[in-house]
Amino acid sequence: MEARFKIAPDGASVDEAGLKYDIGDFDGYAVEVGLQITEKAGQGEVVVYSVGPAVVQETLRKALSMGATRAVQLETPAVPTDSLAIATALAAELEDGGYDLILFGKLALDSQNGAVGPMTAELLGLPCVTAASQLDITASSGTARRELEGAAEILEFPLPAVVTIDEGITRARLPSLKGIMGAKKKPLETKPAQVSDSRVTLTSLALPPERTGGRIIGEGAEAVPELVRLLQTEAKVL
Amino acid sequence: MANVLAFAETRGGELRKVALEAMTAGRALADALGGELHAILLGPSGIESKAATLGAHGADVVYVAEHDAFATSAVEASAATAARLVGAGDYRVALFSASAQGKDLAPRVAAKVKAPVVDDVTQVQLQGDKVVVTHPMYANKLIGTLSLAGAPVVVSLRPNAVIPAQTARDTRVERVQPAVDPAAARVKVKEMIRGNTGKPDLGEAPVIVSGGRGLKAPENFALVEALADAFGNAAVGATRAVTDEGWRPHQDQIGQTGRLVSPDLYVAVGISGAIQHLAGMKTSRVIVAINKDREAPIFKIADYGVVGDAFEIVPALTEAVKKARAEQ
Ligand SMILES: Cc1cc2nc3c(=O)[nH]c(=O)nc-3n(C[C@H](O)[C@H](O)[C@H](O)COP(=O)(O)OP(=O)(O)OC[C@H]3O[C@@H](n4cnc5c(N)ncnc54)[C@H](O)[C@@H]3O)c2cc1C
Ligand SMILES: Nc1ncnc2c1ncn2[C@@H]1O[C@H](COP(=O)(O)O)[C@@H](O)[C@H]1O
Repeated sequence: MEARFKIAPDGASVDEAGLKYDIGDFDGYAVEVGLQITEKAGQGEVVVYSVGPAVVQETLRKALSMGATRAVQLETPAVPTDSLAIATALAAELEDGGYDLILFGKLALDSQNGAVGPMTAELLGLPCVTAASQLDITASSGTARRELEGAAEILEFPLPAVVTIDEGITRARLPSLKGIMGAKKKPLETKPAQVSDSRVTLTSLALPPERTGGRIIGEGAEAVPELVRLLQTEAKVL
Repeated sequence: MANVLAFAETRGGELRKVALEAMTAGRALADALGGELHAILLGPSGIESKAATLGAHGADVVYVAEHDAFATSAVEASAATAARLVGAGDYRVALFSASAQGKDLAPRVAAKVKAPVVDDVTQVQLQGDKVVVTHPMYANKLIGTLSLAGAPVVVSLRPNAVIPAQTARDTRVERVQPAVDPAAARVKVKEMIRGNTGKPDLGEAPVIVSGGRGLKAPENFALVEALADAFGNAAVGATRAVTDEGWRPHQDQIGQTGRLVSPDLYVAVGISGAIQHLAGMKTSRVIVAINKDREAPIFKIADYGVVGDAFEIVPALTEAVKKARAEQ
């Protein structure tokens, strides 16, 4: 995501003109992890799900072009702001099982809530590891590493399970031309989402205060005394 | 009368600073509601002795459960125990810390009690029958104000968003049992790894010195480490270019897909200032940039820029900082 965002006139949404929908960074990692697991096992498929209006099909196509087998859009008029509503729709769709692993991004770059994965796990009653920075999957169990502040834990869990993917495991592959062409023919099913009521409303969006940077105080080691003086007397951080 | 529940985070039997921040924020909400602040304290045996500290920071009631598994995050039992307490009381807000542990716990508890959740809030207030929070969105490029309806609602509070304050109460301590057996968890902690001992965590350090690809080789991070040591209270960060090279562990990465930090002072050494890096550190109070390229984008947001070779400037700065601190 490299976009600059413009706030729409309503003050509570992003102006979508000129914005291209793309898969979030962590969701790209999650798709990649899924693909690598099935490729290594020489079997299995990666199915991608998205809850939202027609625009989410672009994200699903991107995952298909990376190599996912098929996609399901759980249709809602807008992407719900309430993570529980999204998790409810996903859990309703996934309650019959048929998978070993449900992968999520650590967080979505727009909502930055990091909640849909663990909430879906709770609703499905599945074991869950959030923000995995390493992941090793065998036929019936998994091992993951999770970063804590100044420490880390190594976790073991049985499958099926829910894992949300952090930085550190992998990078998303770039779709090949063949992948992009092939994705157009892969199945993308649309069905109504069974969402719960949304109790979270985005009431306004604001730009963070602009920084007034840009002051170059000097060149080379000769600038160091002046820098230290400014840090002491002006910034008062030393 | 509605109350507030706040989760007091512990690790290895010690309270974490974020626990006191959660108490302070929870006290303010409870006062606004005219209600009580109830704390949840989970830890290994002996953790009950920490209840007094929570009381001194505003808790009216401290629910304590002791079990040796609570020396680690033991998230399944922690979530079940917290959810049972949330469900048993008349709570408007259940408050967690937006730490690694709290971010893991809050959505699970919310799902168990079917409550809405917003993670990583920088402010939380009551407005009529709504709870209103501010929260970074869109790759940290925008600040959203969100309104949560219903009760309870679950939020996790960004570390350092409030300053712990003492307000002594007549605190009652109540023992509770873990809602499920912590030893029977499906997700098992096989090993705890202690990292960069001695240095503060990136999320908590008042000063961060970060290095980029301009440092050219992993061993040159010794320069950055030395500068951090000179400040005394600094953590060392890195760009993704550096963590991708394996020069630094990826958990030191700052930016859109790494840690989001807001120290008093951020020193960027040999960092170009890509938008994804800025997303993680732009809210630092004071930014210093050292880069040999005068046109590097990092200078546009730096309060103090020094153009030139990091290999000359950083050692000189290290000596000057040491001297300045020795003279204090
Ligand atoms: C999806 C996605 C997510 C990303 N997430 C992150 C993220 O979370 N964090 C992050 O940091 N990046 C992230 N990136 C990468 C980001 O775009 C940049 O590539 C990266 O930040 C560049 O790192 P750098 O500044 O160390 O390296 P460079 O851009 O190569 O800059 C090196 C700088 O060092 C300077 N230099 C060289 N020699 C010297 C010297 N002797 N003395 C002083 N200065 C010198 C150069 O002038 C240059 O400005 C992400 C990218 C993508 C696509
Ligand atoms: N509308 C959605 N449809 C499907 N998955 C989603 C949706 N929103 C979020 N997710 C998943 O949940 C993760 C966390 O999202 P969030 O809780 O919004 O930060 C994302 O990285 C996705 O993997």
